[in-house]
Amino acid sequence: MEVVHLLPEITWVGVMIKAILILAIISALAGFGTFIERKVLAFMQRRLGPMHVGPYGLLQIAADGIKLFTKEDIIPQNANKLIFMIAPLITAATAFIALGAVPVFPDFTVPSWIPIIGDTFVPSIASDLNVGVLFVLGMMASGLYGPLLAGMSQANKWGIIGAARTAVQFLSYEVITALSILAPVMLIGSLSFVDINNYQSEGIGSWMIWQQPVAFVLFLIAGFAETNRTPFDLLEHEAEVVSGYATEYSGMRWGMFFIGEYANMITISVIASVLFLGGYDAEGAFGWLFIMLKIAFFFFFMLWVRASWPHIRPDQLMWFCWKVLMPIAIINILITSLVILL
Amino acid sequence: MSLEQFKNRNVGSQPYVALDVGKPPQGGWCQFKQVVKRTFKGELFVGLWVTMKAMGKALFANDMHTVKYPFEKLPISPRYRAIHDMLRLLESGSYRCIGCGLCEKICISNCIAMDTRYDENQRKEVSEYTINFGRCIFCGYCAEVCPELAIVHGPRYENASEQRAGFSLFDDMLTPIDKLNLQQEYDGFGAISPNADENIKKTPLAY
Repeated sequence: MEVVHLLPEITWVGVMIKAILILAIISALAGFGTFIERKVLAFMQRRLGPMHVGPYGLLQIAADGIKLFTKEDIIPQNANKLIFMIAPLITAATAFIALGAVPVFPDFTVPSWIPIIGDTFVPSIASDLNVGVLFVLGMMASGLYGPLLAGMSQANKWGIIGAARTAVQFLSYEVITALSILAPVMLIGSLSFVDINNYQSEGIGSWMIWQQPVAFVLFLIAGFAETNRTPFDLLEHEAEVVSGYATEYSGMRWGMFFIGEYANMITISVIASVLFLGGYDAEGAFGWLFIMLKIAFFFFFMLWVRASWPHIRPDQLMWFCWKVLMPIAIINILITSLVILL
Repeated sequence: MSLEQFKNRNVGSQPYVALDVGKPPQGGWCQFKQVVKRTFKGELFVGLWVTMKAMGKALFANDMHTVKYPFEKLPISPRYRAIHDMLRLLESGSYRCIGCGLCEKICISNCIAMDTRYDENQRKEVSEYTINFGRCIFCGYCAEVCPELAIVHGPRYENASEQRAGFSLFDDMLTPIDKLNLQQEYDGFGAISPNADENIKKTPLAY
């Protein structure tokens, strides 16, 4: 009882409960995300999507999960076995670690009528780092080690090409991510997500997107590259490199790559919502609902884009990132800093 | 569509549009201008709008292309050559086959085997008749050569089986006597599909 009432973020019990909750909820959401993706893509192509397992195909996730869990874990003969085995873990683990530092709802107090944990104050975030943005972006960037090592360890030429493309993509978009976030961070003066959220707490007019529309667009583009979503899904594009870094993977190891990818999509959606669209309203009663809607919109936007736009070649990605986006990002930073100075 | 209209290949009045792709940009400044123009033209949003419209139509206007195959099937062309049917005479109900053996002779994959004998009225009757659908290539010669329109192609195209050789007997292909009023005449190889007029689109001859 004593431990439970000290539940604020500093106690290890609170942090552990939150870590388990994040792991459980986000991996369930990632599975549900695959269902939503298949449905949305199907509707946009005037198909029905999964229909037969459960009502409207809702239990398709369960069927897929059973299939993934029970499949044989195949490790190719000439692969570097250790690296081949831990590469998917890197992707999945870094995706979940990154989610540990993003806020998804305002602080609240558990109502007192709930037994045992009643009256407990719950802060909005598993760990409110003062360098939250930096930590999350760093974690997501190190998640790219997953595809890189997976592609290089599997003794497969498609895998090697996938790994090379991972490096190419990583070098290209990471600059844009950092530079695009730099401008709003300069305005706010803090890297903590809570500070960023509170900076925009005065209604829609104070959202960062009105002050930094260019940074918003740049961040969104870089976010698509960061999560390997369609305009930039060079790493595993079936038509070109069979499955890229995931060619030799099957069963749950392959599944972990995809849980990681969907968790990253959620993370990017949360960052975009908190950084540019005002995040949760800490004072209002429905802040949690609004941020859920914002996150859902960004998630839907990623699927929408996948149904609409063709993907680009690796050289086009590099050209686009280095010659178009980076100058725009730098000009944006220059103008922002001039405005701050004057 | 009358023959007159059909022969009119003047496609100038048709809704064909020549695509105006323009000239590729010359030099660095023109390329830069093209990039800027394309960036701010909003073409990407046109693409987003197209898919969103398709989704709206699919969900709310019931404009789905999915055919839930085993439960619903698309109509097939009257020319379609699927598993054979043996037809009966509508008046008497006896089968049309006169046992001439032409189908067996003409079969280029040797999949038809038949035997005949004279019955008590000195009329030829079919005593054995099998088609090996493992060998049949569904060329349609048997139906074309049949003088009595007795062997025709039916609409049953789901002929997956567990074995390579799949023999079908005469009685299995014969129209059941109680379904005689439902017997469909085979339109033949020159038949056009009922909606042929809708499917015709004139293409320009001057390439």
